[in-house]
Amino acid sequence: MDMVKTGAAESRPDPGGPASRGRGTGEILRQAVRSNVRQYGMLVALALIVVLFQIWTGGILLKPLNVTNLVQQNSYILILAIGMVIVIITGHIDLSVGSLAALVGAAAAVMTVKHSVPWPVALVVSLLVGAAIGAWQGFWIAYVGIPSFIVTLAGMLLFRGGTQILLQGQSIAPFPKGFQQISTGFLPEVGPNTDYHNLTLLIGLAVAALAVWQEVRDRRLAVRYGFDSLPTGWFLAKCAAITAGIAVFTLLLASYHGFPVVLLVLGALLIAYGYVMRTTVVGRHAYAVGGNQAAARLSGVKSRRVVFLVFVNMGVLAALGGLVYAARLNAGTPNAGINFELEAIAAAFIGGASASGGVGTVLGALIGGLVLGVLNNGMSLVGIGTDYQQVIKGLVLLAAVGFDVWNKRRVGS
Amino acid sequence: MAETGRPLLELRSISKSFPGVRALSEVSLSVREGEIHAVCGENGAGKSTLMKVVSGVHPHGSYQGEIRFQGSPCTFRDIRASEDLGIVIIHQELALIPYLSIAENIFLGNEHARGGIISWNETIAHARRLLDRVGLTENPHTRVADIGVGKQQLVEIAKALSKKVRLLILDEPTAALNDEDSRKLLDLILELKAQGIASIIISHKLGEISRVADSITILRDGRTIETLAMDGGEVTEERIIRGMVGRDLDHRFPERTPDIGETVFEVRDWTVHHPIDQERKVVDRVSLKVRRGEIVGIAGLMGAGRTELAMSVFGRSYGRGVSGQVFKDGREIRTRTVPEAVGHGIAYVTEDRKQYGLNLIDDISRNISLAALGKVSRRGRVDAREEALVAEGFRRSMNIKAPSVLETVGRLSGGNQQKVVLSKWIHADPDVLILDEPTRGIDVGAKYEIYTVINSLADAGKAVLLISSELPELLGMCDRIYTMSQGRLTGEVGRAEATQELLMRHMTMDRNE
Repeated sequence: MDMVKTGAAESRPDPGGPASRGRGTGEILRQAVRSNVRQYGMLVALALIVVLFQIWTGGILLKPLNVTNLVQQNSYILILAIGMVIVIITGHIDLSVGSLAALVGAAAAVMTVKHSVPWPVALVVSLLVGAAIGAWQGFWIAYVGIPSFIVTLAGMLLFRGGTQILLQGQSIAPFPKGFQQISTGFLPEVGPNTDYHNLTLLIGLAVAALAVWQEVRDRRLAVRYGFDSLPTGWFLAKCAAITAGIAVFTLLLASYHGFPVVLLVLGALLIAYGYVMRTTVVGRHAYAVGGNQAAARLSGVKSRRVVFLVFVNMGVLAALGGLVYAARLNAGTPNAGINFELEAIAAAFIGGASASGGVGTVLGALIGGLVLGVLNNGMSLVGIGTDYQQVIKGLVLLAAVGFDVWNKRRVGS
Repeated sequence: MAETGRPLLELRSISKSFPGVRALSEVSLSVREGEIHAVCGENGAGKSTLMKVVSGVHPHGSYQGEIRFQGSPCTFRDIRASEDLGIVIIHQELALIPYLSIAENIFLGNEHARGGIISWNETIAHARRLLDRVGLTENPHTRVADIGVGKQQLVEIAKALSKKVRLLILDEPTAALNDEDSRKLLDLILELKAQGIASIIISHKLGEISRVADSITILRDGRTIETLAMDGGEVTEERIIRGMVGRDLDHRFPERTPDIGETVFEVRDWTVHHPIDQERKVVDRVSLKVRRGEIVGIAGLMGAGRTELAMSVFGRSYGRGVSGQVFKDGREIRTRTVPEAVGHGIAYVTEDRKQYGLNLIDDISRNISLAALGKVSRRGRVDAREEALVAEGFRRSMNIKAPSVLETVGRLSGGNQQKVVLSKWIHADPDVLILDEPTRGIDVGAKYEIYTVINSLADAGKAVLLISSELPELLGMCDRIYTMSQGRLTGEVGRAEATQELLMRHMTMDRNE
């Protein structure tokens, strides 16, 4: 007789089984907040920062033009942050992404400008270069066993030097028009002339519908399996808040040039990586390796391969970030991407990743990146110098992670 | 014995809650001067929490109730405050720094120093005196990493003595020790008692408790059940067990009628060398076989090479220079990596569940599914419904005590954590299960449940290899028992003729005999 089958047969839990019995609304709410305190906390912090600067800048922050700027300015850091949070989840770090982004931007410039390679070809080759370099670093880290801090510190020097050699100290410009569109373009307009960008509105509507549908589905599953779920009132409030957030953002974009191409890229990455990390075997293995590498290995997880793949992926995303940055700058320059790695790492940690691995989410990293982005933008708007900006960002990082540590100690036994 | 009447430590109505859990409610306990007081209870009964309250790990204000030491109330802010009064706790996981010397460890945080400059002569001289008192004849300069667990335990006690200890709290002091080292340790505690040092011992080993304790306090579900005085000699192990679980255990091992088939799993001439000291053979030409539906035990003292044998067979997870053959259903198989071993239907349930068995920061359901994610996923996508269903099934069938399968594993008690590890491997549905100390550090009630699971695995036709340091467990569970000593197989005993004396004789056999 098969133990597993007996287990599963007995298991079909009736709704409201023992798991949910005897837990009041208050307890469930508290539990929900406690287990997501980092992400809710960061969302609230982001909202507060937005409101603060909205008032401080006299309404400039949320002007349609500035919101579009915000998206385009921060897109490459956010792309890097997605790769970085996955690296951090597996218990590693990557210091080389800024240099790698610069190298790939430079390579793209050399290909398209000097050798007139068609830009789509150059784009694909650039991403492959990123993957190859990621594989190079992943090899040393996963299979040779050199700590990632050291391998990527070496990479930081290697690729920065490589960039300078490749460009011989000069900037190369300009990129073909099509290439620039990656970073600065907008989706085309469709339909009749309204005061808003129609396609943007449609996308916003679709995203809101998708988000609410996802929430409803999760809730239905939770109820069916007797897991704790928010009471109906709170659930509706949550859905309303999500919808309202998306609506406001959409209207702001739609009243300027519409939907930035790079936001489409970012959205696709968020959905794809969010899905991979949440529901695929590979994603699960990444969390397991970061949470307890020895236990993961003894459970049959090919932990080396997981780490290797995570670095290959980081290479690809760093390359993409580098391309977006180069397209925005409209040049390949030797000094591109300086400190990008630090911004990306900060974004991941502000977004709730744990320095010891096993914890973190893609969405969290994006929120963390946005916190930094809004801070940068808002402080620039009110005329705070970059010197004080750095001081403030440093304090924010420290406070966010400090809160994390404090909260863990409070909750944990 | 005039002094022993006065209470040294009194706990009055101690209550302590964690978010969502009431760990202690109204626990009272009184330790007299110079007595050895045992605290027993199932895992999760609140023993460790209580000791953390006493030693100031949980500071004053985080619990209700009163602590009195030598008659005066105490409000400890931290461990330091309780140590100043002479209360020293030695945790189950030893708190020594492996790369520092014995002497450095003894005086860590309490150095013989003037103006921040350490006086090494004083340090070494004092360390020698302390080591003498605990009966350890090691050089104080020796690195802690280079001595065995038993000796490390003695270093911990020497460290406690250096702090002018009045009350020593030992949490599962003999859990990692072999019989010989355990006996030495208990003798030392008795000797310290004669010197006027009282002890609180938390232990699952009832035999030890009966031997050394003057009184026993039993906790169950965070409450004091009773305190038994041992001097009458009427308190039996059965009596203690009854108090702990609240019911009689007429059979400490579940009944089973073995239905044994053909040989499923066989290891031939297995030799493993130490990963660092590559000259040393940790496992030396071991051959063994397990048949379908059979539970086969491996007995051995610390360092016999049992875990090393199991881990090296399971995907070369231990050691270097591994040689030998593994057969499954009569055909030789490769088990050079864990996925290979798992692919051939072999599972290894590790002895150290926290280090090697679980992802403590993840939830129950994800821990259970990890070894066989393929079974709950389609084309690389994990089916969360299926996964939750499987986990929920195990939560019920294994009686894992948790509010839901989304509970973080790190918050469960040891017995429940062990059930999660077992569930993980049962879910993988292997043909051969190697269970390494599956009931270590687990209370009696949970042990019985795990024995039942093991039996049902054998009844389901699995081949089970059971590594255990508890001889009664091997005698109660196994159809056949191999004994190992110093890396070699020294005996094979059938169920009928096996006795503790016989096994122990094989287990202590010198490798050259």
